[in-house]
Amino acid sequence: MQQADAPPVISIRGLEKAYASGHRALNGVDLDIAPGEIFALLGPNGAGKTTLISIVCGLVTASAGAVTVGGHDIVRDYRRARALIGLVPQELHTDAFEPVRSTVAFSRGLFGRPADPKLIERLLRDLSLWDKRDAQIRELSGGMKRRVMIAKALAHEPRVLFLDEPTAGVDVELRRDMWALVRSLRGTGVTIILTTHYIEEAEEMADRVGVISGGELIVVEETAALMRKLGRKELTLHLAAPLAAVPPELADWNLELADDGRALRYRFDARAERTGVPSLLAGLARAGLSFTDLDTRQSSLEDIFVDLVRERRAA
Amino acid sequence: MSTFNSRGVWAIYRFEMHRFRRTVWTGLAVPVITTSLYFVVFGSAIGSRMQEVGGVDYGSFIVPGLIMLSLFNESIFNASFAIHMPRFTGTIYELLSAPLSAFETVLGYVGAAATKAVLVALVILGTANLFVDVEVAHPFLMLLFLLLVAVTFCLFGFIVGIWAKGFEQLQIIPLLIVTPLTFLGGAFYSIDMLPEPWRTITLFNPVVYLINGFRWTFFGTADVAAGVSLLVTAGFMLLCLGVIWWIFRTGYRLKA
Ligand SMILES: Nc1ncnc2c1ncn2[C@@H]1O[C@H](COP(=O)(O)OP(=O)(O)OP(=O)(O)O)[C@@H](O)[C@H]1O
Ligand SMILES: [Mg+2]
Repeated sequence: MQQADAPPVISIRGLEKAYASGHRALNGVDLDIAPGEIFALLGPNGAGKTTLISIVCGLVTASAGAVTVGGHDIVRDYRRARALIGLVPQELHTDAFEPVRSTVAFSRGLFGRPADPKLIERLLRDLSLWDKRDAQIRELSGGMKRRVMIAKALAHEPRVLFLDEPTAGVDVELRRDMWALVRSLRGTGVTIILTTHYIEEAEEMADRVGVISGGELIVVEETAALMRKLGRKELTLHLAAPLAAVPPELADWNLELADDGRALRYRFDARAERTGVPSLLAGLARAGLSFTDLDTRQSSLEDIFVDLVRERRAA
Repeated sequence: MSTFNSRGVWAIYRFEMHRFRRTVWTGLAVPVITTSLYFVVFGSAIGSRMQEVGGVDYGSFIVPGLIMLSLFNESIFNASFAIHMPRFTGTIYELLSAPLSAFETVLGYVGAAATKAVLVALVILGTANLFVDVEVAHPFLMLLFLLLVAVTFCLFGFIVGIWAKGFEQLQIIPLLIVTPLTFLGGAFYSIDMLPEPWRTITLFNPVVYLINGFRWTFFGTADVAAGVSLLVTAGFMLLCLGVIWWIFRTGYRLKA
């Protein structure tokens, strides 16, 4: 679906944002999004994900830089740029007394599209909201409200959909539905940009991932390539007797001594065909070392950020 | 594609009219009851001592002022609430992300608020007719003036709704400025009845011109010339338009 050589559907250049408080939320972001791709923005709280999306969608004014959507500048040619975009914001913002169907129809009108009851019906059915079509929004559960917001964002048939933390506070089933929806939208050529805190989510859904931290895009890469870098695990072996140094026969594994010699730490690629774990355990036995306990840990998002930032500084 | 987003304007207008429809009975009962009360108090109690003002029966004389008082308050309240609500609930995100110009947004909200304000004014006129004889000398100009003032005060209300940081602040301007100016602006008396220097001081109150312009369309006479009234109304409208233009240009209290 992704057209690598087509001109980008979104192009961001030198984007900066300093809020009135003086806080710098974005520090010169450059990013191109290809038409039809699913792009995940991965980053911790306060990284600037929502700020970035809000600028592209017209909710926040950039301090510097330029953005085009479908080749249209978001400031000078805002009508054409915005007509292409659908936004599902991070927070639940809905009217209370509006019925579901009319709020979705309202969104379509707001974007200048002619009424299309058939399309609204299909949307509501796809999002399992058809039974609630005449209910007031305040009568819905949180998950249903989120679906209403998705329906509103899709009502004008956008070419680009922004999902700001679509799975925050959402149960497993809705999450599955959401991903099914994202995939089917992608099937119709819609470009999707989503934000998340979870590596797994980015990995499962996205064609490409951008890691953002402190208002800077640290890395943008194909998901598979990034996962090779990020998918690290750490094995800790708690030894029966402390060691002064790593025994030479275990030099191949690049082990680290920790906890005053009472633990050995081994970092490995969980996705590699050979993780080296079985052979390490065999080697340990050969060296006559016994351990009382062991645990493995996925590298956390924070570890990854630290690694990536360090890597970038070194480069 | 700088084409006019008429569907967007219509969507906002319909949304707002729906909102009014949900509270139509209270929305209409309040002005009817208030008007009746004014007639009981002013018309009977005071009117019995003041038979005529400038050749017009006192009960009839206060009708235009009464309508203006409600029109000011309705217009400001409707429009300020309409734009303040989405700011408060956060649904304004959708408005800001839509391909709508400032003009279209304002047209939708102010159009709906003004429609409701004019309807309420006409209901008051109808209610007044139950108590006193009201003859309108220039019905067409009366409607035009009604519309002009409604739009102007809705624009003003729109500004209040964007400026206000909470619902209490929505009430402040009407309560502290508009209602006093209306009462002091000859809504229920002719400013010619005032001794100097109060009469001259009152002429600095812009509401005097609005009320008198409107009164002129009823009785063909008023304390100030109708043309001056029109000029003052138009001036206030232009001022509001200027402020709104600035709000959208800078994103004041709309965009971070
Ligand atoms: N309106 C605002 N005024 C001042 N500072 C703001 C405003 N909005 C966001 N910020 C600050 O900008 C930074 C980036 O915020 P942003 O909401 O973009 O982060 P995020 O990556 O979306 O975080 P999260 O994962 O928690 O949603 C934060 O430090 C935040 O406090
Ligand atoms: Mg966010």
